[in-house]
Amino acid sequence: MTVDTATQDPELLRRLLRAKDRMDAASHEDWPVRRLARVSRVSEAHFARAFKQAFGVPPHRYLLTRRIERAQALLRETDRAITEIAFETGWKSLGTFGRTFRDVTGESPGEIRLRAQAAGHELGRVPACFVSAAQRPDLTIAVSEKRRRETTDINGSLQKEIP
Amino acid sequence: MSQCVQEVGLYVRDQDEALAFYEKLGFRVHTDVRNGDYRWLTMQHPDQPSLQLGLFKPGPPVHDEATAQTLQAVVAKGAMPPLVLGVDDCRAAYERMHAVGVEFTQEPMSRYGKVDASFRDPSGNGWKLIEARR
Repeated sequence: MTVDTATQDPELLRRLLRAKDRMDAASHEDWPVRRLARVSRVSEAHFARAFKQAFGVPPHRYLLTRRIERAQALLRETDRAITEIAFETGWKSLGTFGRTFRDVTGESPGEIRLRAQAAGHELGRVPACFVSAAQRPDLTIAVSEKRRRETTDINGSLQKEIP
Repeated sequence: MSQCVQEVGLYVRDQDEALAFYEKLGFRVHTDVRNGDYRWLTMQHPDQPSLQLGLFKPGPPVHDEATAQTLQAVVAKGAMPPLVLGVDDCRAAYERMHAVGVEFTQEPMSRYGKVDASFRDPSGNGWKLIEARR
């Protein structure tokens, strides 16, 4: 599909940005399409497609990257329990959090924490809000798709090892 | 020898709307001259007279239609680079600006001894409001 943002009305884009801003400000909250569409003052039917065309990712996936980003920050910068971080960043279960976190970042929450503690803070001179943006996971495909591809990879390499 | 930044420009969707908005933030018009479709509009803050903030609308004669449309879209999507407004009291500035209808995208929060908040201008330009460590 050809994505041509320039054909979208700037007034619409500005309202879609408002929905994105609202998710940024409260990524731990539930953001069903109905709620987002209301913020952007567009129909529910139109919202998801318009958002994806504008920002390159579907709204639910955008929200997921923000939650993971926030969880990563809390893992790096606080000593709080992983369970507590999972619930605070909007996940309903620790299992879903751990699985999604690993699928997106390639590491478990515990591994990220250990690595961050070993590395220390290198981005100290950049305002904290921009640091979080810099560390946002770049999720270009759906988590389910990423999972599927990784499963295929594993199977592929296994097959190679078996004579 | 010395040098300094004298003017930095923002793209806005409507110069009158932007002028009214930045006036709410305490800026005053520095230069406002027109030539046909072109309008050179810069503002200045009394606390920082050495810097002019330019407010420009993409369009002819500087940009062709397609380029103007692209620039407008980029601004409306909030994709322009970050801007930072330094203040000595972030919470007080927030209260003052919020009261006059500034669209905040993040309320003041304290991190690492600094308080910051975020807002956007009507066009979509994103500003960080940062209070220096005291």
